[in-house]
Amino acid sequence: MSSRTKSERKLAWLLCAPAVIVMLAVTAYPILYAFVLSLQKLDLRFPEQTEFIGLANYGTVLSAELWWLDVWNTVVIMVISVAIELVLGMLIALVMHRAIFGRGAVRTVVLIPYGIITVVAAFAWQFAFASETGFVDNLPLIADEKNWFGGHISSLAVIIMAEIWKTTPFMALLLLAGLVTIPDELYEAARVDGASAWQRFVKITLPLMKPAILVAVLFRTLEASRVFDSIFIMTRGAQNTESVSILGFNQLINRLNLGLGSAISVLIFVGVVLIAFVFIKGFGVKVEEGRPGG
Amino acid sequence: MLASALAGVVLSACGGSSSGPPQLTFFVAIQPGGTIEATAERCTQEAHGKYSIKPELLPNDASQAREQLVRRLGAKDSSIDIIGLDVILTSEFANAGWIAPWTGRQKVEASKNVFPSVLKTASFEGELYASPFNTNTQVLWYRKDLVPKPPETWDQMIKVAEELPEAGQIQVQAERYEGYTVWVNALIESAGTSILSGPEEVELEQRPTEEALEVIGRLAHSSAASPELPTSNEDSARLAFEAGKAAFMTNYTFAFASAKENAPEINENMGAAPFPRVNSNPAKPPLGGFNLAVSAYSGHQQQAFEAALCLSGEESELTAVELDGLPPSHENLYTNPVVGKAFPGFAGLVREEVEAAGPRPVTPAYQDVTSAIQRALHPPESIPAEGVEGKYDELKEDLEQAVKREGLL
Repeated sequence: MSSRTKSERKLAWLLCAPAVIVMLAVTAYPILYAFVLSLQKLDLRFPEQTEFIGLANYGTVLSAELWWLDVWNTVVIMVISVAIELVLGMLIALVMHRAIFGRGAVRTVVLIPYGIITVVAAFAWQFAFASETGFVDNLPLIADEKNWFGGHISSLAVIIMAEIWKTTPFMALLLLAGLVTIPDELYEAARVDGASAWQRFVKITLPLMKPAILVAVLFRTLEASRVFDSIFIMTRGAQNTESVSILGFNQLINRLNLGLGSAISVLIFVGVVLIAFVFIKGFGVKVEEGRPGG
Repeated sequence: MLASALAGVVLSACGGSSSGPPQLTFFVAIQPGGTIEATAERCTQEAHGKYSIKPELLPNDASQAREQLVRRLGAKDSSIDIIGLDVILTSEFANAGWIAPWTGRQKVEASKNVFPSVLKTASFEGELYASPFNTNTQVLWYRKDLVPKPPETWDQMIKVAEELPEAGQIQVQAERYEGYTVWVNALIESAGTSILSGPEEVELEQRPTEEALEVIGRLAHSSAASPELPTSNEDSARLAFEAGKAAFMTNYTFAFASAKENAPEINENMGAAPFPRVNSNPAKPPLGGFNLAVSAYSGHQQQAFEAALCLSGEESELTAVELDGLPPSHENLYTNPVVGKAFPGFAGLVREEVEAAGPRPVTPAYQDVTSAIQRALHPPESIPAEGVEGKYDELKEDLEQAVKREGLL
């Protein structure tokens, strides 16, 4: 390596250093700290009983029925909400793309739910479905005295609906970005060849949008796997609607059991890494380019 | 702790000369009638410049208020001086070393004329850790126009309610939250046993516990249960009662003033009766309320003890009963006309209920215990109306784990 390349490399490191240090301080340190906490018996209410117990907390979590129940709930919420969001998001993206007049207004209106704070949105949905005061029970075709948050399926349904309402715009926006990159000539050529609208969608739009779709699904899956706010506000986990994030919160904040809570946090982190790994290696998503790698 | 106390002395000594008297922060759950603001203002005036009190209002929900407190105290936050402590939190906070014990003259003053049942909720391992402010208890509210004579047991009540053509609901608190533990504990205590016999010992005698669980199961599977039973809390209960849907409701004393304001015609026929029994044993109604503690990390502990005494004194309790309908923890106040006016015709009943109350388990691991109860017994429909051995075993097993703070909850 010539001395010039060497000094350039050194300069590059120096220029990167502030960013690297900040990243280490705000991401690597908390993650490592959580890992260290997860190896201890550590309860803030009994600080004098703190001791190092190796991987015992992970054993407790992974052998608990409750953990697997909550993993299942999280996966159900994640899969259903992302699947419906993908379909709705695609429809909305097509509408936004094809809107002839008021294009700006349409796009702004569609984005409103995404701009609302999740906790506020969750309260709005809770009030709407509340059994005494909500308006939903007064709608036609719906039982007047239905207690939505009184059953497992109905509670989960409201939570999933709130998630879909809230994040479909985000999905639509990412899909729209993919949609605009498809050249119009392809559609014109297909039309000349006599392709129907459905054929054009399946043979042109979908294949060319695959990178954008995969990135959108990846982002939403990662987000949905950590679902917390809607559940916390609407049921606090009652009726078996608990997600793994709520479980972690209960151990950390409610029980002040930092050891167990950190073990759950680390396991959620591992889960997120796994999802990202499967998408990037399995489906070949290139996040930075928004398309599959070659 | 000693270091922080010393630092506090030094700080307040300096503060005295340069920046005036210390400002004490008072973390306490909000009271909609304005009790907190009114008492803080009066006690600031009565301190004649020795200190001032600034209220920091916490959510009304017991669990949410606790979350905010433990996060600060767990990090040894010195910005809290006085804490309005829900009665269930004393042992947890005292055991963790977050609150300072009361001693000497202040201890004597804080305990004077206080119901023994309430004083127990402010104590841990023989020491007094807080000065009782208001107490609270539930009575059986019923509709005098529908029910000539109030029922004495839960079984009688369910039977009467089932036979009422309309408004036959029984309103209780059975959402998965602290209020459900309150109800479950009152039933188990009334049945003649207790959830714990010591901080780490589960009691739960089998037959009485099963009788208590059968009451929940029978109500949950009865036509007298409201459709919102698994999500019912104090507020939804009083709303249904005010709407004329319920003939019976177990709820705190605020329900009377609330009905008077929102549904005067219901209020006119609103009777108060003793909390129902489970079997032949005397009923042990719930016990709620707040005790005032001084933070171990406060830089102004001496002033904070004095301020807490004023804030929880008899005059403050009269403000609380007048503005927010909160029952006093001082026995001698129940003959005071202010209390009589707030609880017309049932001041004596409230007093008896507080005396007879069965407090919730006393253990530093209270959060684990209450979570285990809620997880094992919610939703109420999961408890069969008859044959509850399975539920009993589940509850006992979960509690054995919870008192040791093991497993996931």
